[in-house]
Amino acid sequence: MFASMMTYPGLFGDFDRLRRELDELSGWAGLPTSIRSTAPGAFPAINIGNTATSVEIYAFAPGIDPKQIDLTIDRGVLSISGERPSGLPLEDDKVNVYGNERFAGPFRRAISLPDDIDSTKVEANYRDGVLHISVSRRESAPPKRITVQ
Amino acid sequence: MKDSFVAEAPRPGAARQEVNRAADKPQESSRQDAMRPDSARRDTQAMTPRVDVLEDATGITVVADMPGVSKDSLEIKVENDALSIEGPVSASAPQAMEATYAEVRIPRYRRSFTLSRELDSSRIEAQLKDGVLRLRIPKHEQARPQRISVKVG
Repeated sequence: MFASMMTYPGLFGDFDRLRRELDELSGWAGLPTSIRSTAPGAFPAINIGNTATSVEIYAFAPGIDPKQIDLTIDRGVLSISGERPSGLPLEDDKVNVYGNERFAGPFRRAISLPDDIDSTKVEANYRDGVLHISVSRRESAPPKRITVQ
Repeated sequence: MKDSFVAEAPRPGAARQEVNRAADKPQESSRQDAMRPDSARRDTQAMTPRVDVLEDATGITVVADMPGVSKDSLEIKVENDALSIEGPVSASAPQAMEATYAEVRIPRYRRSFTLSRELDSSRIEAQLKDGVLRLRIPKHEQARPQRISVKVG
């Protein structure tokens, strides 16, 4: 039975194959990714940027009470975790639900930070549903100029 | 303030950027976009916000995730029977920031819905809090379900 499912994977197999082919086409497959990277569409979406003095992290986490967000830095790994309540009514037959695309439930994302960060100087702000975390770099690590002899 | 930081980050396989861009397109331009003139479509790519849509006896509630959109920059439009929501993603990034990794690459959300006749588009209420937009579209009074009592003769 399982053997026949492998040979004729059916509809879902086709979707999976299509996804893999698109991955290959777009150059994602085969390239090294972060060991903590998640599947596309993970919640919250994250953008990361660098400046000379800090690492800036933006987590797009709308509709969350900032007090419920758990932020930790442990041995250079920043974790963002929490739980997002469902906006849908519980078992109410008077309400029809059509679209149900928004994420609900517990979430956790981890980001490995560069070696030169100072984990005691971290600032986090939550505005318009975006959590902005700014982690300072240690002052002793400005870029060094190397002369070519 | 640098609005475009989301678009600048290199992605894995940057050398194949052209292919990436071609592969991204069908996903980013919604069906509604196809109806708009070319000029309006080309300069503004947008992400599709995720929504929940709920209906009860008195109306429809649309809940949309639009993180990074502020109250002032959000646009809600009703044209004929089309409701559209649109807003730019603005996040305060330091001037000298170099984006190194980005999952949000297009700094704009846009989505349109076709309204049906029983909905009263003149009384739509909108509320934006923490990046979540809540739209309440009431039904016309006469369109609300009426219970018809059956008399036993």
